[in-house]
Amino acid sequence: MRGTWANWLGAGYAAVIYGFIFLPVAVLVLFSFQDGRFPIPPFNGPSLKWYQAVLADSSLTDALVNSLLVALISSAAACLLGFLSAYGLARYKLPAAGFQRALIIAPFTVSYLIIGLGLLIMFNTFGVSRSLFTVGVGHVVINTPLCFAIIYSQFGDHQVNIERAARDLGASDLQIMTLVTAPMLLPAITAGFFLSFTFSWDEFIIAFLLSRFDVTLPVEIWSLLRSGLNPKTNAVGSIVFLFSVFILVVLELTVFRKHKAQ
Amino acid sequence: MTTPASMNKRERRKAFAFVLPAILWTVAFFVVPFGFMAAMSLWKRIGSKIIQTWSLDNYAGFFAKSHFVEGLANSIEITLIVTALSIVLAYPLAWIIAMQIPERWQRAALLLAILPFWTSYVVRSYAWMLVLARNGLVNQGLLYIGIIDDPLELGSTRTATVIGFVHFFVMLLTLTIYANLRQLSPNYARAAADLGAGPIRTFIHIILPLTIPGIMVGAFLTFALCIGDYITPQILGGNNELVLPQIIMLQIGRRADLPAASALAIILMLVVSLVYVLCARWLKLERA
Repeated sequence: MRGTWANWLGAGYAAVIYGFIFLPVAVLVLFSFQDGRFPIPPFNGPSLKWYQAVLADSSLTDALVNSLLVALISSAAACLLGFLSAYGLARYKLPAAGFQRALIIAPFTVSYLIIGLGLLIMFNTFGVSRSLFTVGVGHVVINTPLCFAIIYSQFGDHQVNIERAARDLGASDLQIMTLVTAPMLLPAITAGFFLSFTFSWDEFIIAFLLSRFDVTLPVEIWSLLRSGLNPKTNAVGSIVFLFSVFILVVLELTVFRKHKAQ
Repeated sequence: MTTPASMNKRERRKAFAFVLPAILWTVAFFVVPFGFMAAMSLWKRIGSKIIQTWSLDNYAGFFAKSHFVEGLANSIEITLIVTALSIVLAYPLAWIIAMQIPERWQRAALLLAILPFWTSYVVRSYAWMLVLARNGLVNQGLLYIGIIDDPLELGSTRTATVIGFVHFFVMLLTLTIYANLRQLSPNYARAAADLGAGPIRTFIHIILPLTIPGIMVGAFLTFALCIGDYITPQILGGNNELVLPQIIMLQIGRRADLPAASALAIILMLVVSLVYVLCARWLKLERA
């Protein structure tokens, strides 16, 4: 029958593409357990010694902590800026609202290399030295549009009545925003935060251009690449991958599931 | 949207106070830096000093230096190859997930298809290096089976860059094309079938044209992200055949020539904007 023939063809095609998609990750993780100096076949192992090597390498663990800090703080700031501006633009009729929206979204449309280069030139001109702080500033620039767009899209008329009820019951503007509006938009705010977090956590070019002595993890991994193929790079790459997947699974099981149930 | 149009001054000021932080941030750390970069592209580096001369020499210099123009040509070629290949590979997968996999497994299938997205960007290119290296998995596998006698030079080539890019964008495009296919009402296909069209004719004359706008959006996203990327060509392509972002990074790093780097960055941005305008215009014509 034609249907089954097409199904087999589809299954075969899907298997090949899934194989292609997973090939590098599988090789990366497998050879992080290599018991030898090179992450290439034949596989000897398993061994955890490269994970020990990663944990013993203070430049890598420092970079990991730096990355976490930059990601946490810059995502929180991007979320705050995104939420406030989305609130202002969704709840009030402002002059030139379209222009304001376009301005906030604009950094999203420009390549990171250009944003990083612009900031580098400006910081150089003003004599601001490169540090984790300047990296964080750059990450807020790239993530604010994302948070704004996600949160803004979730503002709707159905929340207005609840806010009005709160106002009638004597709540102040600040109380309405923090105790009524923000909790109602929590799924969107959380999604914005975690997406920003993974973007910042993984961002290379801005961090590379704007950091100097203290660097983030992608920049440290980059300098590790100069030593060529090395199971230690596999180990740290696998750790980063598992961490991101963990965040994704938590997000999927909590925020998005609840959101769907609503 | 729900407030009366006759908002008084105090209200308006309050509303603007919410938007202001984001606006100020964007102006201070995006618009102003861009202005600095644009000004810098008109200045000149002489020795280790930057002279504020206001001329278009850096832009003229771009077309005068053949390796700059070649870099742009390489960028455009690689990006077009990657965009076309990624669409051709991703479309059938998105189709299979949307049409052949039972509804309740679709989300899982989709999440699985984009899981390697979450490996670090730098690490993902490194992982392809492992696969494609001279003594890597592919070469050892082919040698073992006996298809080749000497290892292929796959690493540090344009092929490696294209493979690394296609890997990333197949995931991205599967996601966007899937979303596109799901939005189509199944009634279109049903109507075509009722009128006697076979599945292939239905696809070519009904489904494909209806998903073209979505494909174009995905294609533009691929183009913009691919042409601006430094990591993948730097790790996988090596230094034989540079693309524009690699040349920009060389100006920033080794040559400390920020004026030239700025001019090149603005040329890169103009190329992306041009493609955006073409895509937008084409989409508008398509709709009309």
